Amino acid sequence: MDIINNTIDRSAIQLSKIDFESDQMVKWCPGCGAHAILAAVERVFPKLGYKKENFCLVSGIGCSSRFPYYVNTYGIHGIHGRALPIATGVKVANPHLSVWVVTGDGDSLAIGGNHFIHTIRRNVDLNVLLFNNEIYGLTKGQYSPTTPMNKVTKTSPHGTIEHPFNIGELVMGAQGTFFARVPDNDITLMTEAMFEAAKHDGTSIIEILQNCIIFADKAHQNIIGKESRDANMCVVRNGEPILFGKDNKKGLRLQGTELEVVELGVNGVTIDDILVHDRYNPNPWIHTMLAKLGPPLYPRVFGVIRSAMFPTYDDLVEDKIQSEKEISPIKKMDHLLRSGETWEIM
Amino acid sequence: MTKMKRPVQDRESVVVKFVGDSGDGMQLTGGIFSNSAAFAGNDLATFPDFPSEIRAPQNTIAGVSGFQVHMGSAKIFTTGDLCDVIVTMNPASLKANLKWAKVGATLIIDTDAFDEKSLEKAGYASNPLDDNSLDKYNVIKSPITLLTKESLADFGLDQKTATRSKNMFALGMLYFIFNRPLKPAYKFFDNKFKKNPTIAKINKVVLEAGFNYADTIEAIESVIQVSPAKLEPGLYRNITGNVATAWGLLAAAEKSKRGLFLGSYPITPATEILMELARHKSLGAKVVQAEDEIAGICSAIGASYAGKMACTTTSGPGLSLKSEAIGLAVMTELPLVIVDVQRGGPSTGLPTKSEQSDLYQALFGRNGECPVLVIAASSSDNCFYYAYMAAKLSMEHMTPCILLTDGYLGFGSALFRDPKMANLPPINPPIAKACKTQFQPYKRDPETLVRQWAIPGTEGCRHRIGGLEKENVTGSVSTDPLNHQLMVNIRAEKVARVANVIPEQEIDGPAKGDLLVVSWGGTYGAMHSAVQQMRKEGKKISHAHFHYISPLPKNTGKILQNFKKILVCELNGGQFVNYLRMNFPQPNIYQFNKVQGVPFMINELTDKFNQLMEEK
Repeated sequence: MDIINNTIDRSAIQLSKIDFESDQMVKWCPGCGAHAILAAVERVFPKLGYKKENFCLVSGIGCSSRFPYYVNTYGIHGIHGRALPIATGVKVANPHLSVWVVTGDGDSLAIGGNHFIHTIRRNVDLNVLLFNNEIYGLTKGQYSPTTPMNKVTKTSPHGTIEHPFNIGELVMGAQGTFFARVPDNDITLMTEAMFEAAKHDGTSIIEILQNCIIFADKAHQNIIGKESRDANMCVVRNGEPILFGKDNKKGLRLQGTELEVVELGVNGVTIDDILVHDRYNPNPWIHTMLAKLGPPLYPRVFGVIRSAMFPTYDDLVEDKIQSEKEISPIKKMDHLLRSGETWEIM
Repeated sequence: MTKMKRPVQDRESVVVKFVGDSGDGMQLTGGIFSNSAAFAGNDLATFPDFPSEIRAPQNTIAGVSGFQVHMGSAKIFTTGDLCDVIVTMNPASLKANLKWAKVGATLIIDTDAFDEKSLEKAGYASNPLDDNSLDKYNVIKSPITLLTKESLADFGLDQKTATRSKNMFALGMLYFIFNRPLKPAYKFFDNKFKKNPTIAKINKVVLEAGFNYADTIEAIESVIQVSPAKLEPGLYRNITGNVATAWGLLAAAEKSKRGLFLGSYPITPATEILMELARHKSLGAKVVQAEDEIAGICSAIGASYAGKMACTTTSGPGLSLKSEAIGLAVMTELPLVIVDVQRGGPSTGLPTKSEQSDLYQALFGRNGECPVLVIAASSSDNCFYYAYMAAKLSMEHMTPCILLTDGYLGFGSALFRDPKMANLPPINPPIAKACKTQFQPYKRDPETLVRQWAIPGTEGCRHRIGGLEKENVTGSVSTDPLNHQLMVNIRAEKVARVANVIPEQEIDGPAKGDLLVVSWGGTYGAMHSAVQQMRKEGKKISHAHFHYISPLPKNTGKILQNFKKILVCELNGGQFVNYLRMNFPQPNIYQFNKVQGVPFMINELTDKFNQLMEEK
C-alpha cells in the first residue's frame, strides 16, 4: 500500500490492531456482517500512519451506528440520520483529524437522505462506511430505501411498492467524487477500499453489502454468494480491463453509449475490446453506468468505481480564512469593535 | 418664493416614521436619517416594519414598508409608540400608518402618488387629501415625485431612474425640519456608491433639492431641535440586535481562544446573524450554511466536540427542528449556543413580527428530562453582552445555552458603546490536558458537576460519547436504573448550580411595596418607560426585569415575597408567569399578555398598572 498525503498528524511509532481495540462488549448478533467490517477497520487504521488520537468516528442510529463504541478512538454516537452533519462539523472544526462515518441504508438514505446528498455535493473530506443490509435491523425488520421492490418485510406484508435507491447512482447524482462497493465477506476488498477512501480527499462513500442474519439474511446472496460470485460479481481495478466470470473470460465493452457483456474469444472479441477502468476520470458518465449495473443482464460492479480529484469543502474553508486573514485589516475583535461608522463622545 | 427665518422648537424626543411601498427605499432612508441623528449626538432606537413578501403588489397595504426612529436628548428606551412625524410616499402607507400618528403630528405626503388608481388599491373611497379626514394633523402636501424629476433635469435620466430617488427628496425635507447638516448623508453616498459617482451625485442633488424646497414653503412654520443626549464618554455606533449578537459570539470565541463555528440555516428574523458572521473570516470564524436547521445544529455539535466555540442561530420554527439535537448536546454535555430570534407563531406564524412565545419551547421543548441554560437579551445593544454570556456560561458549564432575543431587538437598532476586549469577563472552559491514565469523560468537578472537554487530538483522552445514556464517570453505555436516575439528577443540578455564578436579580425601585411589575427579554424599554411615567405621577411601583431565566437568579423567590401584588407582563399567552408560579407558588401573581406581533404601548401598560393598584 502506498503513502497518504494530507495534513493529518502522523504517529511516531508503528501502531497495531491492539491500539484500536475498545474495552466495550461488542453487541451485534453472532454472524452479523458488521463483525467483519470492524475487523477490516482494525486492520486499516494502524496502517494509515496517523496518530491514534487523530481518528474520530461519527455515527447516527441503527445497528451499524454502535460502531464507534467498539473502536478506541475519539467518537460520537449521534442521532438518527445526522452522522454526516455532525462529522462535517468535526472535520471543518479540525481538518487535521481523520474522520470516519459509520451509517446504514436507513440512517443515511431515509431519515438522513438530505444530509447524504448535500455532504457529497460539498465534498467534505470524510470516509463513509455505509452498511447496506437492505433492511431496518435495530427496529426489527422494516423495509428501507434499498429494499428491493416486492420484498416482504414487517411493514410490507404484501411486498414493497417502492423503487429502491442504487447508492452509487445517488452518489454520482449528487456529484460525488469517490464511490466504492465491497462485500462484507471479502476482507481484502474491504481493507483496500478503506485505504483508498482514506487516501482520497473528499467525501468517500463505501457501500458495504452487509448481511443482516436476522431480518434480511442472504439479501446479497445472489451476488456475493459462493455460487453466484462468478456470474454476478465484477471487481474493477484502475488501469485494468474490466473482466469477470470464471477464469476472467467475460468482460465489459463500451458499445456506443451502452455497456455490454462480451466473452473473450467469442465473435472475435479480444482483450483490446474490453473497457479499461479509469477511476480518476472527472467525467462521471462511465462511473455512473458501472455503479448502476446488476443482475440479471449484468454483473454487480465492486471495487473503487470512482475517485476523482476535486477541491474539498474543508480545504476551501481554510483557504478563504487564510486569504481573508491576509487582506483584511480586521485581525482581532478590538479592530472590529473600532471599525465602521463610529463617533466619539468625550 | 423666499426663504424665511423660522422659530426653533426644542424637543426632548421625537418619533419619526418613513412609510412607503416596498420598493420605495424606506429602510435606506430611515437608516441614513438615524445615522445623522446619532452623529448629532442624540440617543436613539430604530425599528424597521416590513412585510415578509419581498415585493407585494405595488401600492397595496400588503406592500407597505416602514422604518421608525425614536431620537432624543435623554436616554431612549423604546422605538416609540406614536409618531410626531410621518413621511408617507403613497396612499396605502398613509392608510396603514395613520393610526400611529399623534394628534397634531406632521404628515409629509407625496401628493403625486395619490392618483385614482393608487387610492383605489389602498381602499380609499375618497382622496384623504381632499376630504377633512386629516384635519387633526399638520399636513405638508408636496409634489415630491415631480420635484425630484425636475431637480434631475440636467442628468438626462429616464423617467424610472429619475423618480427612484424621490425618497431622498423627502429625506432632504426632513433634514431641514430637524435642522440637520447634510454632510453626513453626503459622506454616506460617497461611501455607498464608491464605484458609481454619478449615482452618489444624483442622491446629493435630490437631497439638497428637498432641503431647499422645505426651506421655501410656508407650510413648515418652525424647525425642530433635538439637542445632544448626555451619554457616557466612549466610542459609539448604531447597531442592530442581530449584528450585536454576532459580535458578542465573536468576542466570546476570541476570549476563550476556542475559535468560532457557526452551523446555521437562513430564517427570518435571525438570518442577519449568519450573514454577519460569514463576513468575519479574518477573525477565524468558520461558518457552514447547512442544508437545513437540523444539519446546522448537528454540525455545531460536531464542531463543539472537536473543540470549537460552536453556535447555531434560528427562530421559532427552526428551534422546533433542532429539539432532538439539543437533547444530544445535553446528553453529551457539550457546550453549544443556540440563538433563537423569536417571531410570531405557531408554525410559520408572523415571520417579520415579534413575540416572546418561544419561552416554553426553550425551557421544556425536548424529549426526556432535558434542562438547558436559558438567557434573554433586553435591548438591541445588550444582545452583544448576553450572547457573550451565553457562550461563556455554556463553555464553562459544559451544557447548551439558549439565548432568546426577538425580531424587535434583532431588526431594531440602538446606540452601542464599543467595549474593549480587555474589559470583558474571562472565559475559562474546562479543557482536558493530555493524560497517561484512562480518560473518564463523565468525571466531574465536585462543586459545579462540570465534566472536562477532551478535544480530539489530545493524547490519552480518547473517548466515545453519544445520545445513549452513559454511566457516570466512566462514560460506558449503561441502562442501569439507578445510574439513569443519578445522571438525570446530575444534569439538572449542573444547570441549577449556574445560579451560583450569575448575578442576583436587581429591582428598579423599592424592594418592598404594593406592586412589583415583572418582565423579561425584549419588553424592557416599554416596561421601563411605563414605570418611569408612573413614578412621575407619584405612584410607588417597583420593576424586576429578568435576563437569566434558567436557572433563575437565587434571590428570585425572596423578591416575590416582598410585594402585595406581582404583575408579569409578556408578549405571549403567559409563559414566564406560569414558570414563576411553578417555581414559587403564591396566589398574588397576576399577568398581562398581548400576542399581536407588536410591542407593548406605554399607555396600555400604565393603564394596567393603575387598574391593578386601584383594585383592592
